[in-house]
Order: sequence, then structure tokens, then C-alpha cells
Amino acid sequence: MSTASNTAPKLNPVVNDFVVKFANVNGSGSASANSMFAKAIFRMGIPVSPRNIFPSNIQGAPTWYEVRVSEQGYLGRRGGQVELVVSVNPQSMVDDINSVCPGGYFFYDNTYPLDFKLIRDDIHYIGLPLTEITNSNFTNPRQRQLFKNIIYVGSLSYLIGIDFSALESIVNDTFKAKPKLIEPNIAALQLGFDEAKAAFNEPLPLQLKRSNKNEGKVLLEGNAACGLGAVYGGATVCAWYPITPSTSVAEGFEKYANKLRVDPETGKNNFAIIQAEDELSAIGMVIGSNWNGARSFTATSGPGVSLMQEFLGLAYFAEIPAVLIDVQRAGPSTGMPTRTQQSDLLISAYASHGDTKQVCLFPATPKECFELTADAFDIADRLQTPVIMLTDLDLGMNEHICDELTWDDARAYDRGKVLNAEELDKIERFGRYHDVDGDGITYRTVAGTHPEKGAFFTRGTSRDEYAIYTEKGEIFEANLERLLVKWETAPKYLPAPITTERSAEKKIGVLHFGTSMEATHEALDQLAAAGHAANDMRILSFPFHADVLEFIEQHDQIFVVEQNRDAQMKTLLVNELEIAPRSLNSILQFNGDPISARIIRTKIEEKLNTATKAKSA
Amino acid sequence: MSFIKPNIRHPEAPKNKLGLSTKSYEGAISTLCAGCGHDSISAAIMQAVWGLDIEPHRVAKMSGIGCSSKSPTYFLNKAHGFNSVHGRMPSVTTGANVANRDLLYIGVSGDGDTASIGMGQFAHVIRRNLNMSYIVENNGCYGLTKGQDSATADEGSKSKKGKVNPFESIDLVALALELGATFVARSFSGDKQQLIPLLKAAMSHKGFALIDVVSPCVTFNNHAGSTKSYDYTREHVQAASVVDFVPMAQEITLDQIEGSTKDVQLHNGDSVRLSKLDDNYDPTDRTNAIHVLHEHKNQDKLLTGLIYIEPESDNFHEILNIPDTPLNQLKEDVLCPGSSVLSSINDSLK
Repeated sequence: MSTASNTAPKLNPVVNDFVVKFANVNGSGSASANSMFAKAIFRMGIPVSPRNIFPSNIQGAPTWYEVRVSEQGYLGRRGGQVELVVSVNPQSMVDDINSVCPGGYFFYDNTYPLDFKLIRDDIHYIGLPLTEITNSNFTNPRQRQLFKNIIYVGSLSYLIGIDFSALESIVNDTFKAKPKLIEPNIAALQLGFDEAKAAFNEPLPLQLKRSNKNEGKVLLEGNAACGLGAVYGGATVCAWYPITPSTSVAEGFEKYANKLRVDPETGKNNFAIIQAEDELSAIGMVIGSNWNGARSFTATSGPGVSLMQEFLGLAYFAEIPAVLIDVQRAGPSTGMPTRTQQSDLLISAYASHGDTKQVCLFPATPKECFELTADAFDIADRLQTPVIMLTDLDLGMNEHICDELTWDDARAYDRGKVLNAEELDKIERFGRYHDVDGDGITYRTVAGTHPEKGAFFTRGTSRDEYAIYTEKGEIFEANLERLLVKWETAPKYLPAPITTERSAEKKIGVLHFGTSMEATHEALDQLAAAGHAANDMRILSFPFHADVLEFIEQHDQIFVVEQNRDAQMKTLLVNELEIAPRSLNSILQFNGDPISARIIRTKIEEKLNTATKAKSA
Repeated sequence: MSFIKPNIRHPEAPKNKLGLSTKSYEGAISTLCAGCGHDSISAAIMQAVWGLDIEPHRVAKMSGIGCSSKSPTYFLNKAHGFNSVHGRMPSVTTGANVANRDLLYIGVSGDGDTASIGMGQFAHVIRRNLNMSYIVENNGCYGLTKGQDSATADEGSKSKKGKVNPFESIDLVALALELGATFVARSFSGDKQQLIPLLKAAMSHKGFALIDVVSPCVTFNNHAGSTKSYDYTREHVQAASVVDFVPMAQEITLDQIEGSTKDVQLHNGDSVRLSKLDDNYDPTDRTNAIHVLHEHKNQDKLLTGLIYIEPESDNFHEILNIPDTPLNQLKEDVLCPGSSVLSSINDSLK
């Protein structure tokens, strides 16, 4: 290495197991180059998990792209320092240098001399004059900026062994519609490759080798998967208000609906997308559409859920289906809008004033985003209540590897208990809130169904079983009790928790949900290897299935992993299952970064050690 | 207020083309105060829907919160209704309307529900030109919470407790004109002759129709010094035109009106016939409408009648390019692309 410090330790050669972090300036076009980098690794058959770490800003602020490569298939954030930093942003250089592990590599643009090398002598600095190379090869300023990104990807191809053919195939696919751009992009990749080869004697000890781990897998963002799930789930009305990190859910729906839902003969849209004036209006539209028998949804984030509280109470009480996708970000208040958290559980589960309980879903992968979004419409129609799907920024806005999406063509939408004109004719008197079947779910009708029967007045005020206004306390109470019967019916229509057993002894049980899954599984593999085998259960829905309480009762010690400060899932468990709060140990992270295996393992180990010490003392 | 609604009707009560008498268009008995302007509006709505030969169950009655918003219970009990949350009727109606374009959407709101908490949604439903009739039962006060001034209370108007309102009032008609509403009218609950044809025209208009109806609150805002009382309104009302609604291919003679008439043809072939009190007033001229409205206000006169109409405009359904078949009737075969499409999507994600 030409510029490597003499004192820096040498990394042991490693294949398919390291982290690369790109330090970019946002708005500089780095996103597509970075995504090309990750996708090439995916196409090489190696498990890869890229993550954007970006500011709430459009142009000029630092942004990072962290790519974990893991032959073993660990897709969570590894945490800690990284083996290679690609620095294209002088602004964040000091922090970036500090994020390299001892013996790791700092790849930078050495067009202009920089005296940062004094900061650390335990890492390797590898410089390439990216600006100079770009300026001498391109004249147009925008091209210079864009191709600089492609050039460093080409250089990395040499340095860490990205299959050049994988990069080429991505360029070919990306510019299928603009073939003129194929050749210059491949040329830029080649330029970067050649320059790196000329500058450095040998590639880095961090190497990629083709594998076969991605058979039957796809790479996509959770938000796009939600949008596609809404198309498959039969949503016809999407009402939304822009908010990070949920915006790309509506955009995903629009993209797929434009492809898949435009009538080829008439050119008419078999869907409607309404950008509302605010979140209040968005959820109001969703409720109006669902009330009128069309499947409708909205996507928002924490601040939007706050604004939607009143309407969620109406939908709960008036029993109107609605689907809300909450892509969580770091709160409270505006918080860190571009960082992740799982901190909207309580505001969702008990949304609105009065006694309310709302159905929630917790997907962990893009495939689950797709499936649970489609399912959410069936659940909402079946239970006649809002369904809030809690995903998060990490899942929604980053590409994740998951199994291919599947759809059963024999599946029919479950529209729930909706009466048509013939069915109404057979009924003597229709009672909108009359629990005929004893499951707490009553029959509903949609406007315009029957000339004489089935009409009722939907309201948030108290009413009797026939939807007639009443202020009689016993009738009001009976109705709220019936809503609890419905609540107890709910789990059988909801996705069940998934248990992974590592030990028959059942000493340690770990509960988790959503995007803590990958890191939890990795941490528990490590713990098992260290002699502490733990079982885990991933919760997919609220209200809880009976299995959740069973799991808690079966294990000596229970940990609950969550990405918030106040242990909100623990609160739900304690509150709904009536268990002692102290029987649940919380593992919490809420700094806005996706939780890592290191944190989970360390915190479980600390607790286990304390317990052992306490015993021996 | 009586609690037992008589169930007997004259056997020869007139029937509409559907063979229905107005009885088929009634609702539950009103629980509003005796003499409330809102009850007159409910009666006018029943007359209008009956007169348009619309089946009651093909109407959706939408409202927010307040005295006005309770009133949909008191008409068309064969129609579904939705008493939503305060100030949010427009969004719920937008969703419902997009889901099923085939129904007649009658939104009933009040001045509190529209001009304060609901101001944002009111503005945006106008911008979208949603195909609905938006009726504001405007009494200048909050009736259900015992008479506080609302945002449409006129500056200088005296509350029942004698307090003079120091704030400028919001004129919903002027605002709707500014926001591009395609049908704007004002009326008075005490003037059935004017209100019923205006309602018919609004319901036949294929776009957003606002009727701001001054509807005195007999309990809290009908005293001397109030500018929303029956007496004050009667003394200050001035009609831009006397209106009648003329269904397609049907002539109605207006014998009580003098002066010239003008027919404005609606999208579906029906017309609104205006017998103009002022020959120069052209209700299709938005700029002039705004000017005349302000002139009347300056003279302490309440301009009523059809103030503005744009008979041909793209409503929200057309803007969204949704099909003639209501979205709520589309089935899986149209909605779900199926597994083979999904497998090609999978291929594009590798």
C-alpha cells in the first residue's frame, strides 16, 4: 500500500465478512452508485445488508451508506467500527477516520493534500485522486460529480474483488430504457478499476468471493414492498401526506398501481391516490372510503399517528376498517426524522381518547411488509377496525434481502361481514351493532345497497344495537364490553408469533419484534456458542396470541428487545397479560441507529453475569 | 318539539316519478330547538331530493359535529349517514365519494364545523372540486355549547349576553369563490322558495357546490343586535336572482317573477333558471361575483341566490381518472395482479 502507515497493524485476510462504509455528501448522486455496489455483492450470491444513514436535508449535508457483508447471512447492523471507509466527503472526515477499526482501511480522494493522517497511525490510508481522474475524463460538471461515484465503485471492484461482470449486468439493467448511458457508465467503472490497479500493488485483505446464498432471494425496500402489498391486497384508495420515512410507501403504491392497475382498454385508473392536505385529512379519507366499501390505506410516521388519534378513536368505536402503515422514526416530537426507532407502540396500540385498543402488526422483512400489508386489508375488513402496521425507517427505506414474494392465486379477499341486498331481504331487522354470532363482530352494510333496509347512521356518539342514538349507560357499557369480545376474537385472524428454539432447557427466552429480528438472532447464535443457549419468540401482532404468555411462563428468564427508551412492548405485555413487570428484562436501544447484535449480546451477558455473581455471593 | 311523529299522510299526497311521496324522504323526529332554522333546511333537503326523483338510498348524508351535523338524522332515513368528527366531514366525504362515485353526497356542516376547526378541509375539498353539495347551516354561533360566537359572527354583532363581537367575520361564500368553487350560493332558512331550487341545482351540479344558508339559532342568536337573527336577515337579505331549477326537457313557468330570465344549463342537461333582479348580474363571472358580494357587504346587505356557477368543469373523479364503475365494486380479478406478475417482479428485484 503506497500510503499505508508503517505502524498500522495488518488485518488478517477475510472473505465475505466485513463492513464497508461510504461517507458521501447528500444530493451528490452517490445513492445510485452505492446501491450498485450492494446489488453487485447480492448478485455474487453473498448475503449483504446496506443501510443509508442520512440527514434530514436535501443537499450538502453528510450522508453515509453502510454495507455489511456476511457469508453467514447475518443481516442486522453489526455495530462497532468498520473495516473499510470510502471517504468522498471531507466535511465528515474526522469522524469517518475514527470509525475505522485498527488495521482497517481509509480510502479517500487524494487530489488535494490533506494532513489528517496525524489523527491515527493504526489504520491504512489509501488515496486515489478521484477528482483529478474525473476532471480529466469528463467536462460536464454534473457528469463529473456523478461519474466520480461510479469511478470509486470501479476502484473497489479491484480492491475488494467485486465481480466486474456483476457491475456490468447492473448497469445494463439500470439503463435498459436509456441505452446511451450504458457505455459511459461501464467505461467509468473500468477507469476506476484501472486507476486502482495502477496505484496499488495488491488488493486489500478484505475480499469478496462468489457464493450461492441468494438463491430464491430478492433485494428490496420495505416501503416499496408495502406499496406492492397494497396493490395485491386490493387497496383502491391511498390517501396520504408526505412525511419521512413513509413517503416511499405511497410512491411504491403509485409505481406499481400505474403498472398493474390501469385499465388497458379505457386507460382509467382502477385506483385513486390522494395527496391530502394533512394527516388528519388523510386518515379521514381512508375512513370514508372504507366506510363506503373500498379498501383504503394511508402511510405515515409518528407525528402523523399523533395527528390521527381522534379519527382512530372514531374508527374503533364506529367499527370502520382502516389500514395505517406507520414507518416509525426517532421521536418524540420531530426527533430525528431520518433515524430509526420502534417507539410508536403505545400511541398506536391505545390510539385515541377513551377506552380504545387497536390491532397492530409488526413486520420484520420486506417480504412480511408485502404479506402483512395485503393481510391487513383482510384483517381490517374482518374485524371492522383500524389495523396499524408498525414498520420502521430501517426496514422501510433500506434494501433488505428476503425470500421471493409469493401469492396464492386461490386466495380470495376476506371482506368480512358485509350484507348485500339479498341477505338484507332475509333479515327481519338489521342491527348494525347487534352481535348475532357471539364473536363480537357485527354485520355492516354499505351505502346504496338496498332501497328499504340496511341504512343506518354511523356516529361516534353512543348508540344502541340498531345504531339509534342513546345515552342509556347500560347500553353504552354493553357495547364497550362487546368490543372487548371482538378484541378476544382478533388473534385468530392475526399472524402468530414465531419461535426459534435453541435449548430444551428453557432457561432464557428472548422476545422481540420487527427489525430487531436479525440482530437478535445473530446475538443468540453467539450466546449459544458461548454456552448460553436462548430461545426466542418474535411477536408479529397485537393483541397477543396465547402462545406469548405461554412462552414467558415457560422460561426462567425473559428478555424483551426493543428500539425505544420506555420499553413500550414490555408495557403492552405487562398490561395485557397481567404479568409482573420485574419478570421482564428490557434490552433497549434508542439512539436512532438500527439495533446491533453486539448491543443485545452484551446486555444479555451483563445481566447473566450479574445473576451469576449474585448467586455465588 | 313533539316526541311522537304522526305516521299518517294524506292519501293523495303528490308522488314523484319513482312513485314515492315525501314520506319516503323523511327522517327521525328532530331534537333541535323548536323553530330552529336547521329544521327548515332539512325539510328543504327532503323536498329537493324528492323533487329530483332520486331514490333515498342512493344518497349519502355526511356531517361533522354540532347542531347542524346532527340534522342528517332528521331527513332521509333510508340513506346511510355518517356523523364524523368535528370539522372533518370534507375528508370523510372525499374518501366515501372516491370509493363510490354513483351516490349523491350531501354534506351538512355548521359555521363552527366549517369556518373554524374545519377551515383547512373546507378549503381543500373546494380545491379538489369534489362532486358534492356542501350545506353550511350558518347561525353565527356555537349552539351545542350554549352560544359562543363563531367565526362567521359579524363584527359588531351582539351576543345574547350583550357582548359585541370585535372580530372580522369569515364570509364562506367569498372564500369559496376565491378558492375556485364551481357552484356558490347563499340562502336563508326562512326562504323555502329560494332554497329548494338552489338545493336542486346544487345536487345536480357535477362538482363542488356550496350553499351557505343563514339559519338562525332561536335559542342563542335570535335577539336584537344579532346579525344572524330572523328579523335582521329578513330586513337585510337581497337576492341576486330568483332561482328555479328546470329539469332537462321540462318547462316550468315562473309566474311570480318579473324581469328578464337567464337559463344556465348544467352538465347533465338540467338548467337553473334565474329571474334576475339586476339585468347586469352574470352568475358565470367569478370576478364580478366577488365584486358584487363585497359591494353588498359594504351596504350591510346579505346577497343571496345563485352567486356563481361554472357548469362545465373537471370534478375530482375526472381529475383522478377513475373508471365509471365505482371503485368499491371492483373485484379481485381487476385488483389483484396474481402470482405470475409477482414472479416477474421478483425477477426485477435480483
